[in-house]
Amino acid sequence: MAAPSERCWNWLVPLVFGVTLLKCLLIPAYHSTDFEVHRNWLAITHSLPISQWYYEATSQWTLDYPPFFAWFEYLLSLIAQYFDKEMLVVQNLNYASDATILFQRLSVIIMDIVFSYGVLECCKCVNRRKESKEIMERPAFILAVLLLWNFGLLIVDHIHFQYNGLLFGVLLLSIARMFQERHLESALLFAILMNFKHIFLYVAPAYGIYLLRSYCFTENKLGGSIQWKSFSCSRLFALGFIVFSVFAVSFGPFISMGQLSQVLARLFPFKRGLCHAYWAPNFWALYNVMDKILSVIDVKLQLLDPARLSKASMTGGLVQEFQHAVLLSVSPFATLVCTLLSIMPAVLQLWLRPRGPRGFLQCLVLCALGSFMFGWHVHEKAILIAILPLSLLAVENRKDAGTYLILATTGHFSLFPLLFTGPEMPIKIGLMLLFTIYSFSALQALFRRERSLTNLPESIYLSGLIPLEVICEIIYPLTAWQQRFPFVPLLLISVYCSLGVTYSWIKLYISVLTEPGTDKKMKAQ
Amino acid sequence: MERWSLIGIVLSVSLTVRWAVSLNPYSGAGKPPMFGDYEAQRHWQEITFNLPIHQWYFNTSSNNLKYWGLDYPPLTAYHSLICAYVAKSINPEWIALHTSRGFESLGHKIFMRATVFVADLAVYIPAILCYIHHCEGPERKKISSMLCALLYPGLILIDHGHFQYNSVSLGLALWGLLGLLFDRVLFGSVAFCLALNYKQMELYHALPFFCYLLGNCLKKGLKGEGLIRLIKIALVVLISFAFCWLPFLTSLQQSLQVLQRLFPIDRGLFEDKVGNVWCSLSVLLKVKKVLAPATQVWLSFAATLLTLLPSCIKLTINPSLKGFKLALVNCSLSFFLFSFQVHEKSILLAALPVLLLLHEIPFMATWFLLVSTFSMLPLLLKDGLLLPYTVTSLAFLLITTTFLSAFEKVSLEDLQLEQFSQGVRRCIPHFIIPPCLAKLAFLLSVIAMVVLSLISATQDPPPQLPDLFPVLVSLFSCIHFLIFLLYFNILHLSEPIYKKPQQKVI
Repeated sequence: MAAPSERCWNWLVPLVFGVTLLKCLLIPAYHSTDFEVHRNWLAITHSLPISQWYYEATSQWTLDYPPFFAWFEYLLSLIAQYFDKEMLVVQNLNYASDATILFQRLSVIIMDIVFSYGVLECCKCVNRRKESKEIMERPAFILAVLLLWNFGLLIVDHIHFQYNGLLFGVLLLSIARMFQERHLESALLFAILMNFKHIFLYVAPAYGIYLLRSYCFTENKLGGSIQWKSFSCSRLFALGFIVFSVFAVSFGPFISMGQLSQVLARLFPFKRGLCHAYWAPNFWALYNVMDKILSVIDVKLQLLDPARLSKASMTGGLVQEFQHAVLLSVSPFATLVCTLLSIMPAVLQLWLRPRGPRGFLQCLVLCALGSFMFGWHVHEKAILIAILPLSLLAVENRKDAGTYLILATTGHFSLFPLLFTGPEMPIKIGLMLLFTIYSFSALQALFRRERSLTNLPESIYLSGLIPLEVICEIIYPLTAWQQRFPFVPLLLISVYCSLGVTYSWIKLYISVLTEPGTDKKMKAQ
Repeated sequence: MERWSLIGIVLSVSLTVRWAVSLNPYSGAGKPPMFGDYEAQRHWQEITFNLPIHQWYFNTSSNNLKYWGLDYPPLTAYHSLICAYVAKSINPEWIALHTSRGFESLGHKIFMRATVFVADLAVYIPAILCYIHHCEGPERKKISSMLCALLYPGLILIDHGHFQYNSVSLGLALWGLLGLLFDRVLFGSVAFCLALNYKQMELYHALPFFCYLLGNCLKKGLKGEGLIRLIKIALVVLISFAFCWLPFLTSLQQSLQVLQRLFPIDRGLFEDKVGNVWCSLSVLLKVKKVLAPATQVWLSFAATLLTLLPSCIKLTINPSLKGFKLALVNCSLSFFLFSFQVHEKSILLAALPVLLLLHEIPFMATWFLLVSTFSMLPLLLKDGLLLPYTVTSLAFLLITTTFLSAFEKVSLEDLQLEQFSQGVRRCIPHFIIPPCLAKLAFLLSVIAMVVLSLISATQDPPPQLPDLFPVLVSLFSCIHFLIFLLYFNILHLSEPIYKKPQQKVI
């Protein structure tokens, strides 16, 4: 194993350095309110006792991540005080001195070391069947670029401002450990990850079922079905112990202070609406639009009294509480049921026909996509939980590569509204072009003996993104409608992208469910 | 991967980097009353749009030449006029006469940055792509050279950070060179005339163009074909000059006034701290004070002429394309080091031909380009461009060492010094240049640049020597440039003279 890892390092270093320099170049770029969110958390964790972390509410951006993230902010604040002490004062709302910006940006850039390490470990897991002499055409190299230079991660972390690089680094590392059959380590990493950001709960079913099925049961019957006698209690106990102790370390102090309900209330704020202000491109975006179309038709046909239509419905897209006029209104519970139903087949498949780590990864992506499609108050950024792990599948399988291209392109495009400021527009377009051209041509070159990775309708759909961008961000703002209907471009982007995301979700699902046979390479331990 | 996707990737990287640099402050941002080059360009838009053409270069009640008066040739003025029309359609306040002085806003910044971006994309970038596309070598290497050449930090920082339109004049000069490369001599001459009429600094490149064309005509024989060619070129040059200067040819007074604005003798031997010989000499001897201004002019003229003469003569005798590029380096470097009234930004004129040698002599070219960027450090620091300077310089070092393996190419063959060392060995039999010596020198030089950059960015100079760091930077750069001048002269002069091929039929 030593030789390949050494070979990995040689070409990985310039890739990491190059992207790091690009990130540094983006330091003066626009940063969103998330910048202030994290500054506020630095201040809270630095200047208040633990007992008040989840009660403090001077700023509207209260602490709503799990405890490990709070501790992480606390550690950062220890260094932050050498940059600018003022940023650590809770009352200094919207404080953004040059030193503060430099510190916060650098902290994101430096924490991406974790991400790079995760990428390196993942690259080691890539199937080496298609070893090419040319380094640039090796699957591992392409995977490294797809992950390290990922457009979504670059703009969300280094322009918009968040710490996703760190979190996805842990996720990738945990996936890599699963491929290397170091299951306990993987479980430990994932448990820690969930206590950093609870959004990863969405992919927890894949972890739970896979570990239970393929780790706790040590043997399979000849046909691949479950051998009940091979259940290993010690393995289950080890797993349970690891997960329990991580949660105990994280939540223990708050439980002992009797604050658990307050912490949970902060973590799961169901008071927010079904959709974020800008609709994430998922099923509910289509649902809302369908509702609007139907209501317009009904009003035309005089089936519906216009007076009954609430105001929010007519200006929808800007108001968080969206009243459905014709279709049923959706409750948080309904979204939960939909999500569970949507991931059920994938989870069942993982249980009934285990196919080793590859099957696990497929299930993980499907869980992420399912919850993205049907979840309550989903952010557009959550699509990265599906795109990044799917990159691993894309470099190994031609079909997955096709799906990846559609999902990544539409998913990344749907992030465009995050950066709405003039100076950043050329940057997001340039980076998007860079990543899209690379992913298309590199994956095409990887599977060069076969046909084009996307078929004609798919290509037409994807090229439609170009006129969409021109209309929504260049032509439309110049027209008079911009004043009366400012939400139309967002709506168009969200609906157009949700078609692509839904399509690639279904495509991936079909390919997973119909994939022939069990993986013969999987060793029953 | 296919060629076109690779070119697409190279383009999107270089465009993104350019725009990311332009997010930083420009020269003179928020510094009344004079502001900086950004305000100069905006002011020219205001002048050219609001005043009749015969007042552009004159001091009148509505055109105060003391406040960023127009001192570039007519093409720059026309360019400003076009930009002004666009500005007018967006927001007339930006170019309102008098009242718009020192106008600054985010929208205006985006507009101004976009004009540079468009000019770069329209003139300079295609020229570089076209040039490297027609170089010899494997596809991969060409793409790598494109990336490296397009990411040269000096030009990006000055145009998209500090704010100027060098990419236009340099791009036009490059189109001139391309014209000669493809044997479209007339096209090349027109392009170079346009470059000259955009920025008078292009005179640094004029002699090699002249010598190359003259040499070419001489080769064809001054009695037949060559003479016709020479006359054609001369006519084309005259016509394109006349075309650019048409509005100013109405009276002698107009033309003289423009010329006087273009070549201000009274501005002194050098400005600020420049990495050239006169500025460096001033550390020991205050040249500006000791010598009379007229003597300074003659001295600098003589020194420049002496240093560029060998290269020019060689080029006239043996007009090869390789020699042409080397002569461009030598002449522009001589001008930069020895001529009168040099700005630190003028090093870009020497950097352009070195960029063209990047894929042939990656080691020396990388070194030179890094030093040239470093030599502008005091200026960049003044503009608040420390971050993009650091990042783009490191990135340039990274990509040239990764893609062109610049740091490995140190053998005599790679440095193209075989001819020279053979010549020397005739006198000194055991003469060798050990490769590790070159590497060591490069490393030391890079470390020194890093240290000097760090010190100038973070430390306050001692109170009795307020200019200590800029002087150190310019001394350091000057020594390097002198060595580079020597190296490129050796390269050019040791180039073998090819006899005229026998087949005269074609």
